[in-house]
Amino acid sequence: MKFLPLVLANLSRHKLRTILTIMSTALALFLFAMLRSVVTTLNAGSEVSSAQRLITQNSTAFVIPLPMAYANRLASVPHVKEVTWANWFGGKYGDGKKFFAQFAVDPETYLKMYPEYELPEDQKQAFLKERSAALIGEGLVRMFGWKVGDNVTMQGTIFPGDWTFTIRGIYHPSQKAYGDDQFMFHYDYLYERDPARVTPGWYILKIDDPSAAAVVAKTIDEQFKNSTAPTKTGTEKQFAAGFAGMWGNVKLLMSTIGMAVVFAILLVTANAMMMNQRERTSEVAVMKTVGFTDGRVFSLVIIEAAIIALTGAVIGLGLATALPLMTSMGDGGFLPGFRVTPDTLAVGAGVALILTVASGIFPAWQAAKLPVVQALRRVE
Amino acid sequence: MALVEIRDVSKSFKREAQTVDVYSGLTIDFAEGSYTALMGPSGSGKSTLLNLVAGLDKPTSGTVTVAGANVSAMTSTQLADWRARTIGFVFQSYNLLPVLTAQQNVELPLLLTNLNKKERTERTAIALGVVGLSDRLDHYPRQLSGGQEQRVAIARAIVADPALILLDEPTGQLDAKSSEEVLELMRRLNEEFHKTIMMVTHDPKAAEHAKSVLHLEKGVLIEGSVGVKAGRTPTVSREAARIRT
Repeated sequence: MKFLPLVLANLSRHKLRTILTIMSTALALFLFAMLRSVVTTLNAGSEVSSAQRLITQNSTAFVIPLPMAYANRLASVPHVKEVTWANWFGGKYGDGKKFFAQFAVDPETYLKMYPEYELPEDQKQAFLKERSAALIGEGLVRMFGWKVGDNVTMQGTIFPGDWTFTIRGIYHPSQKAYGDDQFMFHYDYLYERDPARVTPGWYILKIDDPSAAAVVAKTIDEQFKNSTAPTKTGTEKQFAAGFAGMWGNVKLLMSTIGMAVVFAILLVTANAMMMNQRERTSEVAVMKTVGFTDGRVFSLVIIEAAIIALTGAVIGLGLATALPLMTSMGDGGFLPGFRVTPDTLAVGAGVALILTVASGIFPAWQAAKLPVVQALRRVE
Repeated sequence: MALVEIRDVSKSFKREAQTVDVYSGLTIDFAEGSYTALMGPSGSGKSTLLNLVAGLDKPTSGTVTVAGANVSAMTSTQLADWRARTIGFVFQSYNLLPVLTAQQNVELPLLLTNLNKKERTERTAIALGVVGLSDRLDHYPRQLSGGQEQRVAIARAIVADPALILLDEPTGQLDAKSSEEVLELMRRLNEEFHKTIMMVTHDPKAAEHAKSVLHLEKGVLIEGSVGVKAGRTPTVSREAARIRT
């Protein structure tokens, strides 16, 4: 501690340079944490999925629907206890700039299938009873100021025309990863307007034994193998992972950008540290003459690098942690469930540590090994 | 009793492909409480002698013993610890740390001791008092004159109460008045505080303040004896040069 004033005095030698170095480190770690959090949030969706739920979709492509007749046949497969279905609506509200997902669902079976969507019983009953009723997440209330009883008109893009719904319920997801920005309405409401085109987009099945998931999936896909709509069945986790997998290249890109940013900042910090040391050659020589050992000089330079990197880390990681909490980023406005996990903070702290060592070790080694006589001769 | 004993010291440097011999078999003692001025032309080995005594440089052969410690045999870590306790060094260009106040600069060697903050502050105040700068504790080097900076450097050199003070051209950048103040201070440190002093200087007037003067030329001790402050005596052969100051 008694050397701290010396370290701080050295850091304040070029205040602007030190502040800029700290800010670049903070920015690097902020970007690193945000980009990594996008990836972890995408992955988190598959990790919270239920092991008891299977999804059956068209094997050709997710966007191609399946026949309604599959519902009964799926229900008769051994281990399948419940079946429900959903359809992607793809509507536009207002100018369409605020995106949110809309699904046509079979209301009763769907809510039974997903106990994660929590809502008051009276709202649930009101939603079930009325064909044009809609169930929305809390995020949409914050986004649009909607409330129970409001009529909402959307423009269909896949199913053209104006579609008016009455909000009858507001749900709260028991786990953030399920998202609180979904808009659900009755499948029948969609079907009655366009019965020729509307069939389920995908089926959701509940099985009684998670260990039988592979057998059930195989049985189902074998059953529809030679039909006009062959299926691909997998666990909800695989389904979610498939969604996340669609981001595959984006995730790689984000990770690569994150690492590139950190590496670039590492060079900036190392350069600043080396400039500092070069300017202080004579002072290091004097300190050694006074009695500072090579190890002590090495430690002081490393501590300087650590203060820069750790201050930057606290600012950068702190900002990354606070931003989703202070804004609607994690509530669906940006990415449902988006938040910086403790794991990311730990990795960020590790990156800061690596920054410290990598940016400080060379100038510290140079200072420690400085030949005093030559250094003094240059000065004198 | 000799505080510094230099025995058969040879020192050579590699300069590109050539080897330059500074000394060959130099033997000399400096008594405890002595105040010696080392004079000679540039390149004669004066500063090298200070560096060898301070353990900043190692002899090619021979031994340097200071206060009973064989400096030439110590590791760099041992040397650093030993220097902190035994040597006070004053440079021509003061070499104060510009980001530290006068008080913090003087306190620097004490950071390497076990003294607590209060003790360090007290000793720093005493050292600055000895050099007459008690009213400049919080001044940064840029706020001091050259003479004041050099006095702060002297305070830093004496604050750990070393047995030996080494000065390399301490008045080289000072005007006549400041030089006189610094030299008077060195006299006091020698006479009142019984510090052993070795001072490299080009300035004959500065050398006159010392109790004895040694002349080096091309690494050879050509003159020197107790109490001699000026004038030249016949060259002393390097093997036979054993000067007790």
